[in-house]
Amino acid sequence: MILTLGHFLSLGAILFALSVIGIFLNRKNLIILLMAIELMLLAVNMNFVAFSYYLGDMHGQIFVFFILTVAAAESAIGLAILVQLFRNKSSINVDELNTLKG
Amino acid sequence: MDVKAGLFYVFSALLLFAAFRVITARNPVHAALYLVLAFFQAAMIWMLLKAEFLAITLVLVYVGAVMVLFLFVVMMLDINIDSVRQGFWRHFPLAGMIGALIALEMAAVLMGGFRLVGEPKSTAVVGVVAEQVSNTRELGKLLYSEYVFPVQIAAVILLVAIIAAIALTLRGRKDSKHIGANEQVRVKAGDRMTVVKMSATRPAQPLLDAAVAVAPVEGEKKA
Repeated sequence: MILTLGHFLSLGAILFALSVIGIFLNRKNLIILLMAIELMLLAVNMNFVAFSYYLGDMHGQIFVFFILTVAAAESAIGLAILVQLFRNKSSINVDELNTLKG
Repeated sequence: MDVKAGLFYVFSALLLFAAFRVITARNPVHAALYLVLAFFQAAMIWMLLKAEFLAITLVLVYVGAVMVLFLFVVMMLDINIDSVRQGFWRHFPLAGMIGALIALEMAAVLMGGFRLVGEPKSTAVVGVVAEQVSNTRELGKLLYSEYVFPVQIAAVILLVAIIAAIALTLRGRKDSKHIGANEQVRVKAGDRMTVVKMSATRPAQPLLDAAVAVAPVEGEKKA
């Protein structure tokens, strides 16, 4: 049995589906939501690396590099916002964040 | 089944288990630690795909920096676990259905479309033997020739992230007697001393009245 591109893409798909389930299940916990987003980005990166290997194109890995950069920046700012939110409202429950509803 | 396929299945099983525990763990600290495990297994799978530089980067950046940041934040916040877990299993049927749908559809399309792509092509440039080319070297060549401008943009994005994260969480002390340096430099002599015009002597009449009013009070005190 030989490993094909389909194996890696299926792994990415299952990982992505798991993180979608995680976003549905942890509707209230903002930290787990951020973690599920990181998992989604990981699944996408997995696809990029697999395509890069099987199609013989380095540009996919370059793209993963930039996604890693942006994801690191995103999680840093997201956690900063989370800390600020907890200071102001003493809660990270998504349902309580309705002050902008009008 | 060769060694590589076996390793792939072991790493994938661990990765999926870790991802499952991330979304179902009761304690956010456990979720963060399982996420570390998931990133580690993903790095191993990228090693199988001959993306060594990205695998090491994933471990350094994610396990070393981002997940430590997550752990710090999780431990800093005082979360009531029971309140954030409310309605966890109520959403499970819908979530499981949508997740299974996504996974099945994507797996069907991908396995159908890419089953034939079994033979990896060499990522090396023309004229160089694939085994002798370092992944990092190839990545660096592309990154600093064709992708110089995106690299600059990525650097700016990181700078913006640093400034934004610090500006969001910085909290000045309320009781500090700190004065801004620019205010100190810009100060004029007139801000320090003001000359007030007033007459040399005060009018006598109000003083006399005051003395009369005060005198009995003083007498009472002595008695």
